[in-house]
Amino acid sequence: MRSVRAEKVAEAVARLYREAACSPDPGLEAALAAGRAREESPAGRAVLNDLIENLRLARQTGAPPCQDTGTAVVFLELGQDLRIEGGDLLEAVDEGVRRAVREGYLRPSIVADPLRRENTGDNTPAVLHLEIVPGDRLKLAVAAKGAGSENMSALKILTPAAGEEEIIEFAAAVVEKAGASACPPVIVGIGIGGNFETAPLLAKKAITLPLGERHPDPFYAALEEKAIERINRTGVGPGGLGGRFTCLDCHVLAAPCHIASLPLAVNLDCCLPRHQTATL
Amino acid sequence: MSKPISITAPLTDNVLRALRAGDRVLIQGVIYTARDAAHRRLAQALREGRDLPFDPRRQIIYYTGPAPAPPGTIIGPAGPTTAVRMDPFTIHLLQAGLKGMIGKGERSPETAAAIREAGAVYFAATGGAAILLARSIRKAEVAAYPELGPETVLKLEVKDFPVLVAVDTVGGNLHREGRDFYRM
Ligand code: SF4
Repeated sequence: MRSVRAEKVAEAVARLYREAACSPDPGLEAALAAGRAREESPAGRAVLNDLIENLRLARQTGAPPCQDTGTAVVFLELGQDLRIEGGDLLEAVDEGVRRAVREGYLRPSIVADPLRRENTGDNTPAVLHLEIVPGDRLKLAVAAKGAGSENMSALKILTPAAGEEEIIEFAAAVVEKAGASACPPVIVGIGIGGNFETAPLLAKKAITLPLGERHPDPFYAALEEKAIERINRTGVGPGGLGGRFTCLDCHVLAAPCHIASLPLAVNLDCCLPRHQTATL
Repeated sequence: MSKPISITAPLTDNVLRALRAGDRVLIQGVIYTARDAAHRRLAQALREGRDLPFDPRRQIIYYTGPAPAPPGTIIGPAGPTTAVRMDPFTIHLLQAGLKGMIGKGERSPETAAAIREAGAVYFAATGGAAILLARSIRKAEVAAYPELGPETVLKLEVKDFPVLVAVDTVGGNLHREGRDFYRM
């Protein structure tokens, strides 16, 4: 049986989280520049200039482009024929987060208790999603997820009578209500189907997909395109100051669901999509 | 866009009354940071009739919780956080004499009205441009609540800190007007 040491997992999480927090999606600068070329609003163009200049400074200094270096959201796909040796897998993930925060000067943004709110000081624990999959590899995906956009995300259970239009209108309403809080232009992750608890997870996975990637199923690719077009008509614009370029990208993920339900979750990510993957 | 207007904190009524939603402004002088946890404490102190750790009269509060400063630097990346979360506390600070706030996003209609009535101004800074904004910070020292970690209140000295006027003293509201203009 193949094995991986827990220390290797900690090292990988530390590297991926730090890289995610400091280097957003490689397609981001080009996407912002393309949006700027189309943006009619002078205030919107000024915001895009700031964001592009800020990315240049991040590259030059190695510093994180935003002070909110996020919740560390870690997706692990653990091959059923792989053994983790020499430590606890879950502790290794938190150790990785701790190291990234210390070594990368990331911000500790996690409180230990939601009501008593004492900062844990090292951004642990991570939000961890673990799946057992065939094979003998461990696939890691780490996202640095900011709260400004997370706070404005939403879940709604529609009935099966609802169609594409209702889904798109709901997503547009979420973006409109979020306004500047989500730091637009935003990435819109739409999770459709599953259950009360799975639709948001689909939406979260959707925002970690690479910028510009369309759904492999042409039906859902078309839905993504329509949602982008509709969201750009909200007028929210860059920085929420009014404009045409509101939606940086939209990804849809769908799953089977009950004959009586149509769960829908919209998770927003901001103008700094930050995620990295690796396989051990 | 209009040429930027340079203003210096603490703010005078003449300066405040001349600002209009949409104006580009460069802030000079001393400003204070405070976000969620610090606002809770500041508002509680005011309710209990205690002195604040700094005199808020005519001052500007910047809603931010910077990332840690690497050795040899003044401050880490420091962009604005969502202003609407400070709305429940804002009225108390305005009553105590606060005249400026910097954050991202629209205020509630009630808070925007309270800001206007107090003759104060709410400024918007670009969310997600944290390194760019931190470059305008020339000095940073702890003013209060160091135990709050990233939510510590800092006294900052800024030079040409770039913002836009979002809520002015005469009813202008940049976010609302901007969105209504471009909505299709
Ligand atoms: S939502 Fe805005 S403030 Fe929060 S992480 Fe994203 S860019 Fe930074």
